Amino acid sequence: MQEASPAQVHVPPTSFLRKHVFSLDHKVIGLQYYGLALAAVTLGMVLSWLMRFHLVWPNAAIPGLNFISKAGAPGGIITPEYYLSLLTMHGTLMVFFVLTNAPFAAFGNYFLPIQIGAEDMAFPRFNMMSFWTTLAAFLVLITAFFIPDGPPISGWTAYAPLSAIGSDAGPGLGWGQTLWAVSIALFCAGSLLGALNFISTTLDLRAKGMTFMRMPICTWAWFITSCIALLAFAVLLPACLLLILDRTAGTSFFIPSGLVVSDRLQPHAGGSPLLWQHLFWFFGHPEVYIAILPSMGIVSHVLMASMRKPLLSAKVIIYSMLSIGFLSWMVWGHHMFVSGMNPFSSLVFSFPTLTITIPATIMTLIWLGSLYGANIRMTAAALFALGFISMFVSGGVSGFFLAQPSIDIYLHATYFVVGHFHMVMGVASIFGVFAGTYFWFGKMTGRMLNETLGKVHFWITFIGTYCIFMPFHYLGLVGNVRRYSTFVDDFMGPLMPLHKFITIAALITGGGQLIFLFNLFHSRFWGKSAPQNPWDGTSLEWSVPSPPPWNNFGDVHPVVYHDSYQYGVRGSKGDYVMQDSPEQVVGG
Amino acid sequence: MSSTTYTPVALPAVQPVRAGVNIAARSAADGASRSGVWVAIFAITMSFAAFTSALFVREGAAVDWTHLVLPPILYANTMVLLLGSATLMAAGHAVNAHALLESHAVKTVMGWLIATLALGLLFIAGQYEAWRQLAAQGLFLSTNPNSSFFYVFTGMHILHLLGGIAALVYLVGQLVGSHTTFRRAAFHNTAIYCHFMGALWLYLLFVLRTKV
Repeated sequence: MQEASPAQVHVPPTSFLRKHVFSLDHKVIGLQYYGLALAAVTLGMVLSWLMRFHLVWPNAAIPGLNFISKAGAPGGIITPEYYLSLLTMHGTLMVFFVLTNAPFAAFGNYFLPIQIGAEDMAFPRFNMMSFWTTLAAFLVLITAFFIPDGPPISGWTAYAPLSAIGSDAGPGLGWGQTLWAVSIALFCAGSLLGALNFISTTLDLRAKGMTFMRMPICTWAWFITSCIALLAFAVLLPACLLLILDRTAGTSFFIPSGLVVSDRLQPHAGGSPLLWQHLFWFFGHPEVYIAILPSMGIVSHVLMASMRKPLLSAKVIIYSMLSIGFLSWMVWGHHMFVSGMNPFSSLVFSFPTLTITIPATIMTLIWLGSLYGANIRMTAAALFALGFISMFVSGGVSGFFLAQPSIDIYLHATYFVVGHFHMVMGVASIFGVFAGTYFWFGKMTGRMLNETLGKVHFWITFIGTYCIFMPFHYLGLVGNVRRYSTFVDDFMGPLMPLHKFITIAALITGGGQLIFLFNLFHSRFWGKSAPQNPWDGTSLEWSVPSPPPWNNFGDVHPVVYHDSYQYGVRGSKGDYVMQDSPEQVVGG
Repeated sequence: MSSTTYTPVALPAVQPVRAGVNIAARSAADGASRSGVWVAIFAITMSFAAFTSALFVREGAAVDWTHLVLPPILYANTMVLLLGSATLMAAGHAVNAHALLESHAVKTVMGWLIATLALGLLFIAGQYEAWRQLAAQGLFLSTNPNSSFFYVFTGMHILHLLGGIAALVYLVGQLVGSHTTFRRAAFHNTAIYCHFMGALWLYLLFVLRTKV
């Protein structure tokens, strides 16, 4: 068996820069990713507030907005184009910089090496580069707010040819769109480096006795996610490069012949706008699982520690996640039912889309079945884990409808889809992040989060997000189109009271997040000291101090004797036995 | 509390996670580097699969698809790259033959590595010459879809090849310094990557020859 090797044993960091800024330590990098995600989610949420505010009070000025964009918000009133800019930036920030960064890059970086008993990631320098590349991507993206052109209006999916032809196509589609493409290309490069690290680390740096099936479910989730990310971002990166070439070098990969935009015949010929959609969604659908799988892993991990018993079958959860990972490559076309793609292709994509609900349902049933008879410790983390299941089911059910092309054609451009993906991908994944935060904050900072504030935060968020996103489904069913900036003067006028309700719910729910932010910052400095194992957990992160030393396990090389979920069994510590405890366990 | 009778089985003795034939010579970090190279190769394969499928879709959509006459120098470049693989194999033979890389062996390994490096750089120069020849015919990146794909494929290949060149420079640097720290695994990982770059080029040449 491998013992400590030269590349693993790195010297303790001494300088401030090496400790906190250009750190090679996976834990610091994990925290940096978390901080970046926190900044991105705050900005993304403010953007959603601006959009919701404008939707229901279209003539009300938003103070200060005209200073950010004179053209986009003259006098503080958002133009229809600027609304699309906000929409694009909200989607891009949330999908890439929040839903990919927080559950996967942040928690994965911090806990994957510890949970498998490694001292650090396999390639600490690549790991550092991965974060700094992602930060550069973030900065490039938000630069678009401050250039005269403004942010792009083509949505987070950047559909060609709108995204490919330049400033003729509208505001933000000159330099703004180029910045977007460069930002996403950088993000891809950073994510590829990260995925490379996660996979190599999991394959080769596991501690003695840490077989694959003994890895915690969240380690499995990060591992599967990194395999998906490796292939998905390896496709989006070439797509972005081709898009950048179309925009800057005069090529015609995505721009068709004879396209007249703004009364100008575009100097391109023969390209295929559908090609962009294929390449984008070949990444885009697996991206949904990049966002949700880590949260599924975190929730399983948190639930077992809260229920004090193992899941009905951890193995089946792992196999289901593998199935989802595999099937995720066959379903990208369900985003393109209305794209003009051959209708027979729609049928082909519909079948695996419906099939993917089987492993998802199996996982849900295992979570729910395991809860039966459990004497659950109702911590804030447990509440968010249960909230995740609720959101995942509520948002997932509408997926059955959308997977069928004939129904999707009606619903595709409506708020139904917006409600679906916000619940099942956005909010569910964020609930996983909250569960992880309340569960692991003590380990990461040495201070516990305040549980009461956590529970208040949960109920506001849980009720609030239902109030926001459930009505979206109704709005969609009655034909409320998405991406419009105002509805006042048309047939959607009667829906305005519901829109107002949603906006108020969004403002309150968003305001509720201030409780979380306060808890985060206050507890970081003044919270209760975190013991080594506050939740009586069994996996290796609970066998090290809170926070762990720079080399995780000191000079000890952990040895693993059990699978990661020895709950509800008699051991010297009570009703659980830790993974690295050599004690023989007899049924209790 | 659940009254489960769940009985975990403690291992009688801890088994190693991985059992390799030369485990004493390979550290965990070496194993991770080996995995890392294969994972990178997997990702690069996926990227070029994406470029290739883009080519197929673009060809299907096009009314403007023509065919380029590939500059003949590409075939000479191919031979140079294959020769580079051969010299790298010779270096590998020398690395394997001498357990501790004695000083006379270091010279042999260094010689083959420098030859490989030179051939790699010659290949890049040759590809640049191919670009010049195409440009002389008035075929630039944006002239038509065929020329676009030609420049993208060859350019992306060179970009990835530079990674291999950097690794070769690192290995030569290691030998020039203290060769006692020469990590055999680093050599083998570099070799895997460089051979893959050769194989990738053969594939790209085939696609360019038949499609572009």
